[in-house]
Amino acid sequence: MAVTVKIPAQLRIVTDGEEAIEVEGATVGEVLDAVFARHGDLEERITENGDLRRFVNVYVGGEDIRFRDGLGTEVSDGDEIQILPAVAGG
Amino acid sequence: MGLESLRCKECGAEYPLDASYVCERCFGPLEVAYDLGGVDPAETKRKIQAGSHGIWRYSDFLPFSEQPPAARGALEPGLTPLIRAERLAERLGLREVWVKNDAANPTHSFKDRVVAVALAKARELGFETVACASTGNLANAVAAHAAAAGLDSYVFVPSDLEEQKLLATGVYGTTLVGVRGTYDDVNRLCTQLSEARGWAFVNVNLRPYYAEGSKTLAFETVEQLGWALPDRVVCPIASGSLFTKLGRGFEEWRSLGLVDGELPRFSGAQATGCDPVAEAFEAGQEICRPRQRPETIAKSLAIGNPADGPYALELARSSGGGIDSVTDDEIRDGIRLLAETTGVFTETAGGVTTAVLARLAERGDIDPGERVVLYITGEGLKTLDATKESFHMHEIEPTLEDFDARVREAAGSAA
Repeated sequence: MAVTVKIPAQLRIVTDGEEAIEVEGATVGEVLDAVFARHGDLEERITENGDLRRFVNVYVGGEDIRFRDGLGTEVSDGDEIQILPAVAGG
Repeated sequence: MGLESLRCKECGAEYPLDASYVCERCFGPLEVAYDLGGVDPAETKRKIQAGSHGIWRYSDFLPFSEQPPAARGALEPGLTPLIRAERLAERLGLREVWVKNDAANPTHSFKDRVVAVALAKARELGFETVACASTGNLANAVAAHAAAAGLDSYVFVPSDLEEQKLLATGVYGTTLVGVRGTYDDVNRLCTQLSEARGWAFVNVNLRPYYAEGSKTLAFETVEQLGWALPDRVVCPIASGSLFTKLGRGFEEWRSLGLVDGELPRFSGAQATGCDPVAEAFEAGQEICRPRQRPETIAKSLAIGNPADGPYALELARSSGGGIDSVTDDEIRDGIRLLAETTGVFTETAGGVTTAVLARLAERGDIDPGERVVLYITGEGLKTLDATKESFHMHEIEPTLEDFDARVREAAGSAA
């Protein structure tokens, strides 16, 4: 399943400036692994011990994956996955 | 003494002092780092006391290398009253309670402090448009301070906000955008917009500077207590930024010798309908489980995914405090309790804070000898619905007979 992963400005230094990356995967975890396979430096910046770092938000279709199944959240063809910093607001 | 850099609170990586807020290495939040060496406490106290009658008297502890131009402008917040609340203390069986009434700011909430700092920084960095994601009080402050500074502004709020907060924003001529969704939806949208537009989002890309403004509440408390620390503070938690910066303000002055004594116990206050930080505290967890659909009358505290939640938890635990949550009915009672015993009319967030103080007192958590400061962060006129039906008006004919019959009898000898 082809989905688009949107990369926030702060992380584009490790994606060669790419803002949107199209990859295959059935879950958010698989999709991110596919992105890491292309841009290895991204992995340690947003994950720690196999889980997302505490200040990283990931949304599928605008919904925080923590309200679904986290990295196990299933994705559909054409979904947009957005990675954003969790340190704004208030 | 001076500014050093923006520094990641998680990994310590350093960045230049520009409009950024996220660590590129670990995605942690950035915070302003100061070089506080070479400070003479006596000289610093004299300088503060000779300073302006508001937050700019603390300029040495705010993120500017020179006195910001805004210091000369209107709408300077700060030096709000710290009131000894004897009847409130008596009602709760406590000895020394102080109310820091931060509704007494230009737009009637503590948000004037953070916005004054953020807008001065926005101008220094050359921005012409400012913006924010707000639960209401910040909206009022950004719209007003932008108007005073002659900057364009965009204010994003959840569309179901209290009418008073919408009116007190739109009047300043801002572009007011009501987003159909929760505050966290608004925040996500603004995080995306902050990349796409060259605007200063005060609580997104300028957040490291903005948040520093909250330290001035700690500084004022120390100064108004006669250069002394309270034993405990009770403070509302939404994102956790005010709560943690209050801690940082006290710590900075302790480390410099401007004040002696222990860091106060930090008691945080949330509403049961949106209490991710209180829940994590109770469960002994280090991170908060976000709330998808907050449901509370305390809309100004309705942040389901609090950015500073982990740090608020650390501070509550390390200081020997705690974090409690209270129901909507307790919030209404809290508003009444504060109003009846101090003459201070607060919005729902202050009802939360007062209700948590009452809870702590009732539970016996507060030593009767403790000096407690209660932070009242906003004005009651902004959330009028919360006080509806909490009292009865006597409606009478304009005659002495009717007054005697309907009022004196009902109110007893007091009338």
